[in-house]
Amino acid sequence: MNEGIITACYILASILFILSLGGLSDQEKARRGNLYGVIGMILAVGATLFAASVGNYSLIIVMMIIGSIIGALLAARVKMTAMPELVAMLHSFVGLAAVLVGFATFLDTSHPLTGADQTIHDVEIFLGILIGAVTFTGSVVAFGKLSGKIGGRPLTLPGRHILNLLILFACIYLGYNFVQTGSLTALAIMTVLALVFGIHMVAAIGGADMPVVISMLNSYSGWAAAATGFMLSNDLLIVTGALVGSSGAILSIIMCRAMNRKFVSVILGGFGTKKSTSSAGNSEDQGEAVAITSSETADLLKNSTSLVIVPGYGMAVAQAQQSVAGMSQKLRDQGIDVRFAIHPVAGRMPGHMNVLLAEAKLPYDIVLEMDEINDDFPETDVVMVIGANDIVNPSAEDEPDSPIAGMPVLQVWNAQHVIVLKRSMATGYAGVENPLFFKDNTRMLFGDAKASIDDVVSGL
Amino acid sequence: MKIGIPKEIRPGEKRVAGSPKLVTKLIDLGFDVDVETLAGDHANVSDQDWIDAGAQIANDAATLWQQSDIIIKVNPPDANEASQLTQGKTLVSFFWPAQDEALLQSIAGQGANVLSMNCVPRISRAQKLDALSSMANIAGYRAVIEAGNNFGHFFTGQITAAGKVPPAKVLVIGAGVAGLSAIGTASSLGAIVRAFDTRPEVADQVKSMGGEFIYPDIEEDGSGEGGYAKVMSKAFIEAEMALFAEQAKEIDIIITTALIPGKPAPKLITAEMVQSMKAGSVVVDLASEQGGNCELTEPGQLIKKHGVTLIGYTDLPSRMSGQSSELYANNIGHLFDELCPDKTGTIDLNFDDEVIRGTTVIKEGEITWPAPPPKLSAAPPAQKKEEPAPAVAEPTQPKKGWDSLIGLAIVAALIVGVGSVAPKDFMGHFTVFVLACFVGWQVIWNVSAALHTPLMSVTNAISSIIILGAVLQVGNSSHIITVLAAIAILITTINIVGGFLVTHRMLDMFRKD
Repeated sequence: MNEGIITACYILASILFILSLGGLSDQEKARRGNLYGVIGMILAVGATLFAASVGNYSLIIVMMIIGSIIGALLAARVKMTAMPELVAMLHSFVGLAAVLVGFATFLDTSHPLTGADQTIHDVEIFLGILIGAVTFTGSVVAFGKLSGKIGGRPLTLPGRHILNLLILFACIYLGYNFVQTGSLTALAIMTVLALVFGIHMVAAIGGADMPVVISMLNSYSGWAAAATGFMLSNDLLIVTGALVGSSGAILSIIMCRAMNRKFVSVILGGFGTKKSTSSAGNSEDQGEAVAITSSETADLLKNSTSLVIVPGYGMAVAQAQQSVAGMSQKLRDQGIDVRFAIHPVAGRMPGHMNVLLAEAKLPYDIVLEMDEINDDFPETDVVMVIGANDIVNPSAEDEPDSPIAGMPVLQVWNAQHVIVLKRSMATGYAGVENPLFFKDNTRMLFGDAKASIDDVVSGL
Repeated sequence: MKIGIPKEIRPGEKRVAGSPKLVTKLIDLGFDVDVETLAGDHANVSDQDWIDAGAQIANDAATLWQQSDIIIKVNPPDANEASQLTQGKTLVSFFWPAQDEALLQSIAGQGANVLSMNCVPRISRAQKLDALSSMANIAGYRAVIEAGNNFGHFFTGQITAAGKVPPAKVLVIGAGVAGLSAIGTASSLGAIVRAFDTRPEVADQVKSMGGEFIYPDIEEDGSGEGGYAKVMSKAFIEAEMALFAEQAKEIDIIITTALIPGKPAPKLITAEMVQSMKAGSVVVDLASEQGGNCELTEPGQLIKKHGVTLIGYTDLPSRMSGQSSELYANNIGHLFDELCPDKTGTIDLNFDDEVIRGTTVIKEGEITWPAPPPKLSAAPPAQKKEEPAPAVAEPTQPKKGWDSLIGLAIVAALIVGVGSVAPKDFMGHFTVFVLACFVGWQVIWNVSAALHTPLMSVTNAISSIIILGAVLQVGNSSHIITVLAAIAILITTINIVGGFLVTHRMLDMFRKD
């Protein structure tokens, strides 16, 4: 096929990708957006297959068929609660692909370059493999943490910052060495170091910071694609990589703002390891938490006119979203105003709660963001907090020395009654005591969230 | 330690200071529990119920008093009971140290401890052991029931085939716990409820219970310490009385709950007002034990004057002995949580604890009443939070501007730096890259927060555009390159197909009502 037509297809694909992301601005257009993405991808891959230099079609087709089957099975089988794991795993594939393509490019000596072009090409290969390798192992560790195969606690090696710095300096030296000599050894050592760095970086980050990690790896996978684009002199890869890279970066920023944390301090990790000093000083006026039974909860709900449900990671763990949806439907049938309040970092990845609630067939127009609903709590009769902790912690506002001070939280305590569904009195991921549990208008409904909700529904 | 629950001896008292649930709880805390036989008879708790909960039954009061280290009662002890409170024993009951100083002195002389359930401090944390509120709530409810029992009409208005029935009009004076309970009960029965209180800030609470708040046209705040009312000025009382006189002509049921701590109940409903009421109307005077808010009511009696039924019962909680015993027992249970935090089966009169300090009137024979006033009132100071916010916000404002300027300068320097060394071909790609970053930046900020997960899965799919590189390499003559590229094609295809399909699956789930 003519080189010009291929480039034209690439331009069209770039436009379609941009439209695809732009379509996600609201739920109505989002489905069409996804379709644009699919068309763009078919155009791009299709056009490339007709390029003059492509050979070995049988191998390509076999690989694509196997890959499509695996991908389709994954997409059909995955539970919505396990979305963060799937996303992490897919990130790792992008990283691995970038590494493989990088090495293949390096080994391909059919297009000899000279002078500055050669240097730039070497730098591109080096960076592409570096970013790809970090993305790969980082995502694998994130996958392990999210699926519970690795503990969620942050790993804090002594002198870990120094270790990271050493790896950084070693990589810079190896990069210099590689550009000068074109040695495969330097490239290989760097790859190993980058793989180790990826593991160490994500292992040091605590479970509550997972939304940031996932968004950050999302961003990295984009940059890896962009670096590969430079390496192959392919503008479509550059555009797509840049789009994905900035998308992930924006998500990381949104998540960090929602936790009032600096991006750098999340990356440096170790959050949740230091014990809160303020909790000891306040224990005397916290009093005790008062429990409530499911039947009392049902009575309370029946006699209220407005209910706001605040879901958290605990709802996903207990797989309670269907029960919650059933309960809210029942209450809405009785004329009770039921709404959902979603904190930006609820769950383990951006938008996780929205997807779970959508899966349970809850209409998205009653699912509101923090800023939309925070002012409505004083007029709300009952708030049910299901498996959330740090995102409804009043000490973020009241205690300047709390580890989560300044983090924007859902002000549920302003409602008439707050019911907290929780398995025990344990603290959240941040390891901070939650004074909400001891407020006078708070009642604790202990037990598995799904079982508790089912009990409440039977009492309605 | 052994806890004893005796049968109440005051004539007409039907309550008992415990429930099987309380017994179970106390045993959990490590105590032994004895209950006098037939103690719960009038509250519908049989001896077998106590035994099932884990208590032992004592056959007579004397044994029980002698064996127990702690006695839980409802009413204050009489002289005989008090004499059995020997050294080291502890009494938990309603106890009025101000009204019965002789009793206070005599028990103190014997070296016992007394915890008074009506001296619980009025602070938020202690609400769950505030037995006065529990009883007041019941009294308010029962007052409406008693009134309905003696009122010959419906509460709710009805339009029937036989004709129209107007709703009953109820006036509640005093919107404390009892008053609010009465307002809620009467309005849920369908009556039109008006309520008066000297404290204007309770207006919202009255409305929340379904009542209409009425107030004379005069400015004076009647809020006293600890959420109670205080004595009002003469001008205010005159305005208030005029309001009642006017209301009395059209009201069917008046429920008065006005009390001022340590003072006789104010006389608010005069004989003339009663006379001006319609025949068949009802007045329930919840303050009759403290002298009554109505001039004509007689404590403990139901009488009829000028065609109006005047109810002065002083034992309304006891008339609902099942409910009141249960709530009183819950209050006691919460008190023991405070007294025995470590579940050791012993009590600790820890005077550093504000709640225990306030509740204890005699400790080891020493009179500790009255306790110093509690540190904070039920209403927390509201304005404190607002101030620090602007102070913090201000310095960050200019800093933010600098940040973005510095960032821009760094980006500009980097681009110029790259341009000075890189060949022309590279700069072409670099232009595309920088512009794409900016397009991405603008587009992604518009993505709805609810769609962040689909955003990630779709970006995942499209970042696998790396597949293009692998497709171009797979035909290479080198076997290593072919293998590497083939693997890359496989995993990127998984990613592309998986990413788009899972996004599609998620987006399909988002629906509007």
